[in-house]
Order: sequence, then structure tokens, then C-alpha cells
Amino acid sequence: MIEPLITLISAGMLLTGGAFAVIGGIGVVRFPDIYTRLHAGGVTDTIAPLLIVGGLVLQSGWHQLSFKLLLILLFLLFTTPTASHATARAAMAAGIEPVTRDRRRASGESSSNT
Amino acid sequence: MTNVLLATILAIFTTMALALWRAIRGPSVFDTIVGVNVFGTKTVLLIALIAYFSGNNDLVDVALVYALINFLAVIAVLKLVRQRDLAASREPSDD
Repeated sequence: MIEPLITLISAGMLLTGGAFAVIGGIGVVRFPDIYTRLHAGGVTDTIAPLLIVGGLVLQSGWHQLSFKLLLILLFLLFTTPTASHATARAAMAAGIEPVTRDRRRASGESSSNT
Repeated sequence: MTNVLLATILAIFTTMALALWRAIRGPSVFDTIVGVNVFGTKTVLLIALIAYFSGNNDLVDVALVYALINFLAVIAVLKLVRQRDLAASREPSDD
């Protein structure tokens, strides 16, 4: 009774995590400047490991593998926001200005997408 | 369940290709760092998924080591880009 339900939930979490990862990749490629790319990459780097590792943990149950996977998840949840914050701070300290609507209009709307 | 694992692995591969494209193309060095950071995180997930897909459970340890090395590499490269020197002790006077 409970076994197919866990399999179904695990499959749903894996597929949702993969979809989030692809959406983040598309955002990293298509967004206009470094801060928006960092938003797409950083946010989906937090939610995709949560869903995918959660789905894998549900598959293995109480096992040594689950402990190692939860350890990976713990490290990733600490390190990816820290790396995103450090990257944004370094870009701001290097003097890169965010692309706003006014600046894009001033430059003649030449840099619309990429 | 094998098909679900395979579909997720293909999605992760797609994301890694997109992030690598941004890392190669990126106009500034920080775009490269964002691409490499996304690529490294997805590498950890890919190794964990391949461990379940192939039934070779030892690969989870490799994923654990990758998760640690990736963070250290990003921080080290950021410090190197900003200060031109990994041994510098203090920030120059800015912000």
C-alpha cells in the first residue's frame, strides 16, 4: 500500500527537480546581465538538489546511502547560497552596474536579450 | 523508475550544457564563475543519480567529495580574481 505511493512521490520529486534545473540553465543562458543570471543559477541551484536528493533518499529508505545523500544535501544547502552571495559581492565590488530599464533605453535598446 | 532516473539524468545533462555555454561565452569573468558554479552543483547531482542508475553505491562518496571541492574552488577563484593574489591577507580599501 505505502510502497507505490513512495515510488510515485519520489518520481515526482526527481522529475520536478530536473525541470527546475533545466529552467535555471535556460535562465543562465538568456538573462541580460550578471545579477539576473546569478539569480537564475543560484535559486535553482538550491531547489533542484533539494528535490532530486530528496527523491533519491525516498527511494533508498533507512540505509547508509540516505545518510550520505543527506550529508551532500546539507553541504549544498550551506555552500551554494554562500557562493552566490560571494559572486554577487565580488561583481559589485568590481564595479559592474546592473542593467535597469533606464540604462537599457539610454543605450538604444540594442542589448535586448543576450 | 529506471526511466524516471534516465529522464532526470538527461535534464541534468541539458543544464550542464547550458551552463558550460555561458561559462565559455560569458562576457565578464563573473559570468564564467556563475556558469562553473552551476556546472559543479549539477555534477554532484549527476554523480548521485548515476550511482542510483547503475547500482554502484560507492559513487555517492565521490559526489560528497565533489560537493566540498566545488565550493572551495569557487571561493578560491573569486579571491584570485579580486585580489590577484591568493596569499593576500587584507582587502584593499573599497566598499
